[in-house]
Amino acid sequence: MKEKAKVLDNEALSRSLIRIAHEILEKNKGTDELCLIGIRTRGAYLARRLADCIKRIDNALVPVGSLDITLYRDDLTLVAAQPVVHKTEIGFDITAKNVILVDDVLYTGRTIRAALDALIDFGRPKNIQLAVLIDRGHRELPIRADFVGKNIPTAQSETVEVRLQEVDGKDEVAIVEKG
Amino acid sequence: MLWKRKDLLGLEELTPEEIGFILSTAESFKEVTTREIKKVPALRGKTVVNLFYEPSTRTRISFEIAAKRLSADVINIATETSSVQKGETLIDTGTNIEALKADIIVMRHNCSGAAAILARHVGISVVNAGDGWHEHPTQALLDMFTLKEKLGRIKDMKVSIVGDIAHSRVARSNIWGLTKLGARVTVCAPPMLIPPGIERMGVSVTHRIEEALREADAVNVLRMQFERDTQGAFPLQLEYFQDFGITQERIQKAKKGILVMHPGPLNRGIEIESSVADGENSVILEQVTNGIAVRMAVLFLVSQGREQKNEDLN
Repeated sequence: MKEKAKVLDNEALSRSLIRIAHEILEKNKGTDELCLIGIRTRGAYLARRLADCIKRIDNALVPVGSLDITLYRDDLTLVAAQPVVHKTEIGFDITAKNVILVDDVLYTGRTIRAALDALIDFGRPKNIQLAVLIDRGHRELPIRADFVGKNIPTAQSETVEVRLQEVDGKDEVAIVEKG
Repeated sequence: MLWKRKDLLGLEELTPEEIGFILSTAESFKEVTTREIKKVPALRGKTVVNLFYEPSTRTRISFEIAAKRLSADVINIATETSSVQKGETLIDTGTNIEALKADIIVMRHNCSGAAAILARHVGISVVNAGDGWHEHPTQALLDMFTLKEKLGRIKDMKVSIVGDIAHSRVARSNIWGLTKLGARVTVCAPPMLIPPGIERMGVSVTHRIEEALREADAVNVLRMQFERDTQGAFPLQLEYFQDFGITQERIQKAKKGILVMHPGPLNRGIEIESSVADGENSVILEQVTNGIAVRMAVLFLVSQGREQKNEDLN
């Protein structure tokens, strides 16, 4: 694993989140019926941070949940991956809510497909919108994000690593060459 | 941690890390069982065969519900109504189930070691749902899951197992699992029902029920299997209740908040008094509920068990 470039530093990452928070409020005209659900692991932390941003902007508390999509993955039987099942924690009813689904990197779209299936098992939201910190392209499914921190063109031989204070001890995004 | 085993045969062969991993995976599955739609697509397209050579209601139903909540297809074979009656051997039955392209066999058998034999002869996963007097790993796992949920941890907790230790696979699996995770285990029964040398498994032995209860954080009350008494080793039922029965009076003298567990089915008035079984210390029905989450975790993990490196897909 060789690091090729740093694409977001600490400050740029936090500015992106603040902008996304503003865009979410603008598009949804406030926080009514709004909730944030982050995809584990890093999407869950980003969802919590977006909720903090929204609180600072609008002084409103938005419910936050976290979603583990392992059991909905389409590659469970593939040889390569053996994912660990983590807990889903959604402590509120999502029926008739405007759900903002949050993830760190949007890539093939398969994670989001799994997350949509999982969410719909929890209730019938009014709508689901997608917020991602990084969109790196290479979609394999017809999925797009409503809110994007940064678009980064990448090669498939690269990975995008989002590092967050809560898990990695620092905030940054880097492009890393595989292998 | 990476789960490598295709089978779950017993807790003796598992490392403490593997046991901990099953328990933490089960916590995630417990959340699934609290949803309105209690079903996830993880084992969609897989077939689970419940192969039961011994009667069982709760274990079989628990495995069946667990498999269905994972979206697997489930087939139940009760051997009384199968080709086993025509003399088919265990291995032939197993290889035929494999040839039918099932993915997991859950087996209950009256012979110790049957699950291990089957696992050696088939390429598909085998989960031991109780083999003779040997092991009943998912029961012990759900007991430990319940303990961990109620007490916060297992390490250093004092657990007493009361009843027919000699003939109990539940006791044996519990002893393996609990001692591996650092609990302090005491077994309590009349001398005839305690196998000689059991101390070597790392447990203390007492023949006095008061002593077993005095400091215990939890007591696991085994069912007295009077139907298995072929050698006259068992005391009379009434005598057993007087000397070892878990009564309200004895629970009041035990450590405050002691958890009362029982793998079921209950013999009320023989090993446990009704008022205790239904009382505030009892977690017996929670064990049943937790059994589903634990078995979901086990079925999921053995279906994923394979030996290669984890890869991060982002």
